[in-house]
Amino acid sequence: MSDAKTFFLDEEEIPFEEGQTIIQAALSAGKYIPHLCYHPEFKPHGSCKLCTVRIDSRTVTTEDGQSVKIPGRAAASCTTPAQAGQHVESEVPEIQDLRRTLIQMLLVEGNHYCPSCEKSGKCLLQGLAYDLGVMDPHFPQYFSKREVDASHPDVLLDFNRCILCELCVRASAEVDKKNVFAISGRGHTKHLICNSESGELGDTNLAATDKAANVCPVGVILHKRHGFEVPYGQRRFDKAPISDNPAQYAPVKEQV
Amino acid sequence: MPNGNSNGSDTGAVVAAVLARHGSDGTRLMQILREIQEETEWLSPDILTRVAEGAKLPRGQVEGVAGFYHFFHTEPLGSYRVLWSDNITDRMAGNADLMARMCKKLWLKPGKVSEDGLVSVDTTSCTGLCDQGPALLVNYRPVTRMTAERVDQIVDLIRHKTPLAQWPAEFFHVDDNIRRKDALLGADFKPGDALKALKSPQEVLDAIKESGLRGRGGAGFSTGQKWDFCRAAVGTGPHAAHYVVCNADEGEPGTFKDRVLLSSYADLVFEGMTISGYVIGAKKGFVYLRGEYRYLLEPLNAVLEKRRAAKLLGKSILGRTGFDFDIEIHLGAGAYICGEETALLESLEGKRGVPRKRPPFPVTSGYLNQPTAVNNVETLASAALIAAKGAAWYKSIGTPKSAGTKILSISGDCERPGIYEYPYGVKVSQVLADCGARDTQACQIAGASGLAIAPNEFGRRIAFEDIPTGGSFMIFDNTRDMFQVARNFAHFFVHESCGFCTPCRVGTTLLANAMDKIDEGHGGEYDISDIWRVIRTLKTASHCGLGQTAGNAVADTLQKFRPSYELRLNVRDFEPAFDLDKALSKMREVTGRDDPGAHFHINHRKSRSGLGTKAGEPS
Repeated sequence: MSDAKTFFLDEEEIPFEEGQTIIQAALSAGKYIPHLCYHPEFKPHGSCKLCTVRIDSRTVTTEDGQSVKIPGRAAASCTTPAQAGQHVESEVPEIQDLRRTLIQMLLVEGNHYCPSCEKSGKCLLQGLAYDLGVMDPHFPQYFSKREVDASHPDVLLDFNRCILCELCVRASAEVDKKNVFAISGRGHTKHLICNSESGELGDTNLAATDKAANVCPVGVILHKRHGFEVPYGQRRFDKAPISDNPAQYAPVKEQV
Repeated sequence: MPNGNSNGSDTGAVVAAVLARHGSDGTRLMQILREIQEETEWLSPDILTRVAEGAKLPRGQVEGVAGFYHFFHTEPLGSYRVLWSDNITDRMAGNADLMARMCKKLWLKPGKVSEDGLVSVDTTSCTGLCDQGPALLVNYRPVTRMTAERVDQIVDLIRHKTPLAQWPAEFFHVDDNIRRKDALLGADFKPGDALKALKSPQEVLDAIKESGLRGRGGAGFSTGQKWDFCRAAVGTGPHAAHYVVCNADEGEPGTFKDRVLLSSYADLVFEGMTISGYVIGAKKGFVYLRGEYRYLLEPLNAVLEKRRAAKLLGKSILGRTGFDFDIEIHLGAGAYICGEETALLESLEGKRGVPRKRPPFPVTSGYLNQPTAVNNVETLASAALIAAKGAAWYKSIGTPKSAGTKILSISGDCERPGIYEYPYGVKVSQVLADCGARDTQACQIAGASGLAIAPNEFGRRIAFEDIPTGGSFMIFDNTRDMFQVARNFAHFFVHESCGFCTPCRVGTTLLANAMDKIDEGHGGEYDISDIWRVIRTLKTASHCGLGQTAGNAVADTLQKFRPSYELRLNVRDFEPAFDLDKALSKMREVTGRDDPGAHFHINHRKSRSGLGTKAGEPS
């Protein structure tokens, strides 16, 4: 196609369609950009900031002949529209280091004990941490006190692992049309809540088959009686790293 | 009960009445919750359910809104809710001791409700009364100039359950403290002057552009250009319309010039809004008034009524057919982030004050996704003057790149804190001389997110091309500890981050915790390097300006006032945040042992005074 629009991702030419964001175009083209709150079926959110990229950095020559790089603007690639000809840096040391720091921030904010977590091996946060080479949480742990909600017959909420990506909030509102989940508090007190006067999940109309009950990237929303079903070595990210198959995160093409 | 209301069986009636007053309109949720709470003292789970049902909103959304704002309570907080302003200027004026005195006399711990449910005492972010602090809010009414004597009086009044209406009026007195007037504060302006001078909307727009007026919130975008974009944008849907919004969510620590403009120059502000509406084709304007200025609501509504009676608002203004414009005041509920224009719009629509993604920008998709011009209070007042007196007059004031004047809110170590209006281009040294500042060590300009400058920079100028500011100007003399200034600001951002994005939500907390660790004598070079890492992450990856600037004060003080950090740094590269010996104290208490064997000995801790030892140097 001669009129196809393209931009450059780490110097590689990526085609895009009008209206696509940078991450959508990249994933469609088989290029992985790390992300947690982005999901191909939902409107971009832009809160986790793992998909941050640098756009249009330029190199200038100073009077004494030195080459100086002027960094372009940093932006979340999930909410930034792709534009023809722009140069996007993603897998560069500065940005990868930023992503490691963001992962570490999430790891200390919640209580993430991977060895005892049912989501281990298929958790996006854990998978991404391994992929980016995060060796430790680095920052002092919050050891935040978060309750577990086991009031629902089929679904368990372990708030300890919530990374506040709001995917369940969006899924429940946009797909299930139930608004089972919402966000309250602000800043470091921001937290997930259930849509009931008691605050308990058991008093909502969530069904285990709802999109909201099946979209959590980490181990907050768990199905009861289904723990540790897949043995070590055969779990999702045991077989291939998270970045291995970008197409699985590509936006779903609408049927015309 | 001090408000003369109870939280009993009439709750349902209160909720129903308030909902009816607002047509059960979900976009008015903020006002609905505030008005209910003014009657019921707190928002019980039952109230939230009733509001959700009445307004046809998901209950979780209503609870989420109630949970976002500092001045909404989803747990009972007592009939008297005392909030001490905790800006650094309040601290310098001694708020900590006074609050401790109040808590002791009331047998209270900060943040806890008294056993009898009568009173709670806590801190809040800057209340915009830095020129007459230490200040507090009691049931959202400001009390200025706190002293030990006044604390004792207030404790007595609370103990005797005296209704607020019977408290001495002088407690609630707020001064303007205008010390220097220039083109705006000194203008000879009568209500209607600008409206009477109106030509066509295009001609007014041209004048605003020609004047060089730039936004006074700090960012300095061309007002004329903003209005032009907004005027050119097309509203969408069945309720297509344009809107004017006056951003009076003056929350930047150390700023109080909008408080004074709204107290004594409201006509000028409202006239500016009306002119903006005329130019962009809006029929409705909102003033987003911060919750801390709740006490201005009735006086401002009275000014609006007078203007309606004088045909300066409403239908066919001054007899011009088709020129319809009216103004409504929307009250915030204690959230600094709502000063960010897209968070403000979310809040105005009755939601949590979380900044939107941009684009689209408010000029094309603002309030209810309609074209909206959001302007600062001072910008709108200036626009009214330009419409009345012409662009050339205005442009002749200030510098070529910064036309007009700037109102500064000056507080801290000086003889005459208050409001000072200067033509743009004024030197910091001039400002310091005028307000009677001596032995100045530093100025924090543009608030907690702004710039800390040292004496070698006092020749710099207040102007968009040098030091831009929303108006906050805090002065610190040689006796002040700049580390504590930065630590106060770091905690401010923890309290005020909306929590939407990872870097800001977690980063602000990590930054404040690192500052506390250093303050407690456990900090080393390792912590300084971590601080830089957090600041870089905040700046690069945050969703909005709050996070991007949250590390500024720490970064500035680290660079310019390094000795205030060095004094506290441990000689070792790394030191844990906890004290091993202190950790054993509980066991000593339980076992009743306090002999040397029950202690964890760290000899180096005894030899380290902290003073004079530079980090990194061998001890």
